[in-house]
Parts: sequence; C-alpha cells; structure tokens
Amino acid sequence: MKRTEANPMTDLTSQTSQPDAERTPTRTDPDPALIADDLSVYYGEEQALGGVSMEIPERRVTAIIGPSGCGKSTFLRSINRMNDRVPGCRVTGRLDFHGKNVYDANVDPVALRRRIGQVFQAPNPFPKSIYDNVAYGLRVQGRDDEVDMDAEVERALRGSALWEEVEGQLDASGLELSGGQQQRLCIARAIAPDPEVLLMDEPTSALDPVAEAKIEDLITELAEEYTVVIVTHNMQQAARISDQTAVFLTGGELVEIDDTDRVFSNPADQRVEDYITGKFG
Amino acid sequence: MSGDSKAGFIGDEKLSADRRIDRWIRRVFFGCAALTIVTTVAIFLVLFDNAANYFFGARITELLAGATLDRQVSFTEFFTGTRWAPSHAYPSHGVLQIVWGTTVITVGAAFISIPVGTATALYLAEYADPSTRNRLKPILELLAGIPTIVYGFFAVSFVTPVFVDGIATYIVRPIGRAVHWIGTALPSTVGVAGSEVAIGATLIGAGEAMMAQYVGRYSMLAGIIVVGIMTIPMVSSISEDAMQAVPDDLRDGAYALGATKMDVSLGIVIPAAASGILASYVLAVSRAIGETMAVTLAAGFNANITFNPFEEIMTMTAYMVSMARGEAAVGTVEYQSLFAVGLVLFLLTLLMNVVNDLLKRRFQEAYR
Repeated sequence: MKRTEANPMTDLTSQTSQPDAERTPTRTDPDPALIADDLSVYYGEEQALGGVSMEIPERRVTAIIGPSGCGKSTFLRSINRMNDRVPGCRVTGRLDFHGKNVYDANVDPVALRRRIGQVFQAPNPFPKSIYDNVAYGLRVQGRDDEVDMDAEVERALRGSALWEEVEGQLDASGLELSGGQQQRLCIARAIAPDPEVLLMDEPTSALDPVAEAKIEDLITELAEEYTVVIVTHNMQQAARISDQTAVFLTGGELVEIDDTDRVFSNPADQRVEDYITGKFG
Repeated sequence: MSGDSKAGFIGDEKLSADRRIDRWIRRVFFGCAALTIVTTVAIFLVLFDNAANYFFGARITELLAGATLDRQVSFTEFFTGTRWAPSHAYPSHGVLQIVWGTTVITVGAAFISIPVGTATALYLAEYADPSTRNRLKPILELLAGIPTIVYGFFAVSFVTPVFVDGIATYIVRPIGRAVHWIGTALPSTVGVAGSEVAIGATLIGAGEAMMAQYVGRYSMLAGIIVVGIMTIPMVSSISEDAMQAVPDDLRDGAYALGATKMDVSLGIVIPAAASGILASYVLAVSRAIGETMAVTLAAGFNANITFNPFEEIMTMTAYMVSMARGEAAVGTVEYQSLFAVGLVLFLLTLLMNVVNDLLKRRFQEAYR
C-alpha cells in the first residue's frame, strides 16, 4: 500500500510538512512534547473538560489522577483525537504536538494516531495471533515492506517484557494469554510502529497486583524512549511511576500540575490535598 | 395458625396452587415446542412415504406389509436423466433439469445478495452515522417483509419487460449485429500456423446467436435478479447484527494504531464477525433454494438446462407449484413426483442447515 504522506514520521498533516514552531525552553526540563492551551471538550451540551492548559514533557511519565468523571480519560482521548469517534463530541482550544495544533483543519487524525499510540483500560488484543497483533500497526501504516517485520515484532515484544514468555508461540492467539500478558501484548502492539507518545488509560485497573507491578516497571522503562501519559485512579501508582502529576477534579478542571513529589508531599491546592488524603473523591 | 406456618418456608394453599399452575405451564410450553418437532418429523415421513411410492410403486407401510417392489422410476433415471417431463405422453424423470434451475437461480442470486448485502451491512455498522443507520435499517427490514408474490409482480411488470428486455434489446442484439458485421468483413477462414481457423464464420455464427436473443414472459436472469434482491435484507440485517456485536474495544485498538475505516472494517470487524456473516449467507442461500412464488413468476415453467440468461427455466419449486395445481390425478406417478422433488428440496435445505452449524462451530467466538 502506498501512502500519500511524504514521511509519516515527521508529518502529521496529509499534505506538506509544517516547519516546527520556534520554541525556547523556559525551564531545564525537557522540551514539552504536547502543549494543551485552554482545551475544552463537550459531549453534546455537557462540558467534560474545562479549559485545560498544561505541558507534557518529552520522555517523561505524566500521570493524570482525579475522581471518576473528572475528564481525565476525555483529556487522554483528545490527545490522539480518539474523541472524534464519539458522536456529538466538540473540542475548543488548542493542543499542540510539535508546534502544530492537532485540531487544525488539515490534520488527519489517522496520521496523528500513527505517532501517538494508546493502551486501553481493559486488554483488547485482536482475535489474531500474537505476531499479527504486534504487526498490525506496521501493516496498516503500510510500513511492512520497509522493515524486517520479524525483527520489529521481536523488538516490540522485548520492549513490553513479553518476549521470553511468548517466544515459541507467536502463532498462538493473543486471546490465549493471561490478562497481564494480554495487556503487555497491547503495549507491544502500541510501541511496534514506534510512536513518540504513548497514552495509557488506566492500563492496570483490570489486572491482578503481580501483573500490575510488572506493567509499572515496564512504564518506567518505556519513558526512556517514549513520552508517556498515564491516566490512573490509583494514587500510589501515580506516585510510584510518574515524574509529573496532573490532578483533575470534578467538572473537568485541571486543579494542579507539578512534579509528582511536590504534588503528593506538598500540594498547593487545598482541594488536591483533600483528594490525595482521601477526604473526598 | 399452626406452628408450621411460622417457619415461613412450608408454603400455603396459595403457593401450592401457584406451583401447580407452574407445572401446567411447563407442560403447555413443552407441548408448543414439541409441536414443531412433531410437525417436522411428520412432514419428513409424508415426503418419504410418498417418494417411496414414486420410486417403488408402494408406500412404506405397504412394503412392510409385504407388497412386491414394482419399480416405477429408477434412481438412475431420476438422478442422472436430463429431461424432466413426468406428465408428458412419453414421460421422463430426470430431476437434474429442475435441480439445475434451482441451482442456477440460487448461485446467481447469491452473486447479488452476498456482495450487496455485505456492503450494506458494513456501511450501516461501520460507516453510517447513527441517525442514518436508525433511518435506513427499518427500511431494509421492510424489504424483508414484502410478500414474495409482490416480488413476483415486480418481476413480471418491471424486471423482465424493462430491465432484462432492455439488456437483450439495447446491449446484446446490437453487439450481435456488430459482431456479425465484423464477421462478414473478415475472410471466412484464415490459415494460422498451418491450420484453418474459421474466424469470419465463427463471428457470423456468434453474432447471429446474439441477434436471436428475445425475452419472453419469463427468463432465468429475471429470476436471479428478483431472488437476489429478495435475499439482500437477510444478508445485510443478520450480518449487521453480527458486526454490531463486535466489541468496540477492538475498533478502538485498531483506530488508535492509525488504521483507516477500511482497515478496521476488513481486517478487524469482518474476521471477528465471520460466524454471523457466514450464517447470513447460508440463510440467504437456503431462502433462495426454497423460494417459490417470485421465482415461478420470474423464471417460468420450462425445464431446461441452459446457460442462456434470457431463456425460461424451471426450478424445483416452480415444478411443484405447477404440479400441485391439480392436473394430475392423486396417486399417479406424475402426481407422486411432487413428493420426490419435495424430498430432494428438503434434503438440500437440510444440508444448508448442517453447513450453517459446521460454520458456526468453526468460527464461533472469534472474540472472547
């Protein structure tokens, strides 16, 4: 399959490449991979995300925590425009990825998603073999002729710490794996096309504690290569694995964002302190 | 008030009456279920008994009572003969001629209903927005509810005179004239590599054959079109249900990897919904095999093994309609042929049911 994009790795519009906006780093932290600017999301009349402005640094783990219905998943899904699939969903404000607003008219969400991978709450391997699950992204992106597929599949499975467990049975169905293995297969599937950003929507909430610990270790490793944004309802998890934590509260409002240590040890906002100490939410 | 009633779980008059009703209701429901089974078995026995009479000249009961075998129609003649004319002055019992009619209509109709129905289902399940789907689906289901005789009128009043005749008049015969003209312009035979090849003569012959295509009241093509259209809603409706049942998780997973709608439809949804989609195909084919009214009015009554879509052919069901109209006396061989054909039809649809079951088992639970 021939793709029309000149180079899917540097261009997320379907037409010509846009020059990266000039950016001067304002702090010693790494460059932000994503910048949300007054980003709001509405489902019909209802506002699910209220004017969020935040920066997500490159190759760091950013955790998003908050009570149920606070819009944390909505925020995640607005990054790779998966919200486009929801009928009646409307987005205002900006979300810049490489200085380009992903909600600009000439951005193709399909091209965007090829650079921003996602792992979902419940493991959702395709009813295909382990190999075909991992190879799926490269295949639909038309890159299966350019690369050594066997090597790429192995690299992705090693990257998700699953290779040793499935090495001899790549032809077995992905559905035959345990829940934790399935979720690592989904991570392998997401990293196989080598995205820049990895979005994770409560990736361990459907798993047992052992599988959860494995995935947490994995996320820390993944942050060496990828920008990770993880939504979690588990505050200990956020504290364990993230560099930066954003706290959303009811109404889709971003209340606090800071280094994880500071958010948990010395939150600036009283409501965040209440939430973290379990007084509500 | 006895001490027993205080325990609360002994039950009382009212409860035991309810329980009695419960047992009766169970019997009534079982009776309803049994009715369908008994009916099926009875139909099979009647078909079998009468078919035995057709082949052996005696019913099963008579044979069991010691009647002598009096072969009327041999299996060889029935299953290998190619002329079906039980009522003719010189009768012939080659069922293949009407099996061909049913087969060609069924296969031809499948070439219409399967692609169109599957594409419709994919459109509704994957491409259409919900409001469009909610408006379109009832219309499709309405199409499935139209009485088949109406489809028959549709064939007689539109498909044959306008569509099929149009193809013959404006496409086939003009092409025939052109081919004929080219044939006359070329030398009758040409020597190619040492042997004579009859180019001109062949073209003239083909042209004349095409020019001779006229459509009467009935045609194979009209039958195929009408049955094909009739069975589209079965394919689309059942396939769409199967596609809707594919968990959205799988679609999300694929879209998040940068898959297009077509990637998701063909690579994820269709494989995951394969068992339901195949079931819809089998149902549509079964329906086409058993279809009677529309196909009789569209394709006609002339038993004929032909590939020419403009010719009249007869299906098994059309034969049964014409025979059951009552020209033959009950008990005669030609009357009994009705049951032999019915038995073949029954076995064909039974075969489709078995195929359906096998497919279901093979493709079941593609997801979870």
